[in-house]
Amino acid sequence: MFPLTEENKHVAQLLLNTGTCPRCIFRFCGVDFHAPYKLPYKELLNELQKFLETEKDELILEVMNPPPKKIRLQELEDSIDNLSQNGEGRISVSHVGSTASKNSNLNVCNVCLGILQEFCEKDFIKKVCQKVEASGFEFTSLVFSVSFPPQLSVREHAAWLLVKQEMGKQSLSLGRDDIVQLKEAYKWITHPLFSEELGVPIDGKSLFEVSVVFAHPETVEDCHFLAAICPDCFKPAKNKQSVFTRMAVMKALNKIKEEDFLKQFPCPPNSPKAVCAVLEIECAHGAVFVAGRYNKYSRNLPQTPWIIDGERKLESSVEELISDHLLAVFKAESFNFSSSGREDVDVRTLGNGRPFAIELVNPHRVHFTSQEIKELQQKINNSSNKIQVRDLQLVTREAIGHMKEGEEEKTKTYSALIWTNKAIQKKDIEFLNDIKDLKIDQKTPLRVLHRRPLAVRARVIHFMETHYIKEFVHGDFGRTKPNIGSLMNVTADILELDVESVDVDWPPALDD
Amino acid sequence: MATEPEAAEPVVPSLVDRYFTRWYKPESHPVLQSGKTIKSISYQISTNCSRLQNKVSGKFKRGAQFLTELAPLCKIYCSDGEEYTVSSCVRGRLMEVNENILHKPSILQEKPSTEGYIAVVLPKFEESKSITEGLLTQKQYEEVMVKRINATTATS
Repeated sequence: MFPLTEENKHVAQLLLNTGTCPRCIFRFCGVDFHAPYKLPYKELLNELQKFLETEKDELILEVMNPPPKKIRLQELEDSIDNLSQNGEGRISVSHVGSTASKNSNLNVCNVCLGILQEFCEKDFIKKVCQKVEASGFEFTSLVFSVSFPPQLSVREHAAWLLVKQEMGKQSLSLGRDDIVQLKEAYKWITHPLFSEELGVPIDGKSLFEVSVVFAHPETVEDCHFLAAICPDCFKPAKNKQSVFTRMAVMKALNKIKEEDFLKQFPCPPNSPKAVCAVLEIECAHGAVFVAGRYNKYSRNLPQTPWIIDGERKLESSVEELISDHLLAVFKAESFNFSSSGREDVDVRTLGNGRPFAIELVNPHRVHFTSQEIKELQQKINNSSNKIQVRDLQLVTREAIGHMKEGEEEKTKTYSALIWTNKAIQKKDIEFLNDIKDLKIDQKTPLRVLHRRPLAVRARVIHFMETHYIKEFVHGDFGRTKPNIGSLMNVTADILELDVESVDVDWPPALDD
Repeated sequence: MATEPEAAEPVVPSLVDRYFTRWYKPESHPVLQSGKTIKSISYQISTNCSRLQNKVSGKFKRGAQFLTELAPLCKIYCSDGEEYTVSSCVRGRLMEVNENILHKPSILQEKPSTEGYIAVVLPKFEESKSITEGLLTQKQYEEVMVKRINATTATS
């Protein structure tokens, strides 16, 4: 059923005459259900013309007496013209209008610049879907984002003013909010087409995004007059090439007075020569997160790559030994490694290991069974004896917060191999058992002073655990007090340090 | 007759040598020579300047006093009446001075490489390589000192 009614006829005819496509006409007549927009373009055009032509038939009946049986359309139009010139008959069907309606299947819509003409139809969507399939992403749903050139808002505004004026003559009450937005109508039509072609639902929360960007170079300067009238809306932003962003243009259109607008921009908008151009069709997948715990058995391995002045100082790193495998399997662009604290190059991490999380950026593969993850864990563990991982699992972005808690609040247990300048007996270290909460003042250790602020931090040791434990052992030139040396009245140094446990109960342990 | 040296025990590098590289001026300070007793040490190097007033804040260590090679760091007063001014020897920003040597001056002589340090200086990043020009490595220093001792014994 054709969605337009009697009262829409004037507006519809006016818009059609001035070069507006059927779907945009529907929008400006407040047609807010999806079905009409989905019909094929040619069909819509025919239906629209038929709908508008009935008006002329009615006119014949009204003004011609007796009603002629055979009369050519041209003669009819001429007589109607004469009538309107004589002031009889409210309706004026102009000569120019009829010719336009005959030719409008060739015109580029003066409002949507082709977006609701060819760019929402099956052929174009198929082209986009071919690109999506060629990109090699694995997905079970998608979110479709589309970007239109800013000058469309200007044309929309002009069309609205035209329609408003026409409705005013008829005292119709369609408000600005009853006009269907271009992007909304576009999505009504294209979403089902995407779903059908790719076999997946459209879901606003999907991590897989298909984005299409349109541009219309021919009319790029349509917006420029706005900068002269509302200069404060257009502030040059550093990363954007043009100052005429959609947001800025919308802001200016809200501010500008109607008279000022009409002086600068043609109303109705003129017909362009060409349709929009597709600037880009891109696919991207939101990041996925893999967590686990790692053990470090090497005293010669940094956690992150150690590169100074472009030269790698030590081979490999904990981060690379784990992440390189994940990067390959998830077919991701890049990764971000983070962990609950870190240990020095020469410190081992024993026990249950240290929690870590890896963000995989733009992964092409995202669906893995727990069995596949287990196999991946095994692969990592087989590839190196310097590190081992456990509890490898996919986690959400929100869960990463748990891990960072561990750095400050939770406890860690260490064991250290200490050298003293005097031989010591068991009784000399018995005092360590009695120390429950030892308070120490520690200046920022010299070895990190170049990159951290100089400060004195009070620390409390519970059961002999602490940060910067090396400094607690050797005293860091007397800048950590008390220290093992001062407590035992010897000179002490640390030979080896192991992290025995990092007491964070995340990620959840998996039974292997 | 010189005896064969015993098989050397494996030497574990000290804390200083693990994390730092030693650089020397070709001098031997009198204070470190035997027989001297330090009465007191002061960081007040002029009426208006005390190294104790050095206050450093933030990651970029703002507020640090800037030192040239000849800038005085402290004054050492010995029990025999001698007074020595120790200068920075390196250009850079003063991070901290060691207040422990004020309370127990003897550690400067007893533990000159660890607890008896005088100051921590941060050179300008651009000068971090050139700062050691004109200074001797530990090996070079030891060679110079040996030569001097031999020269002194030869002339005596």
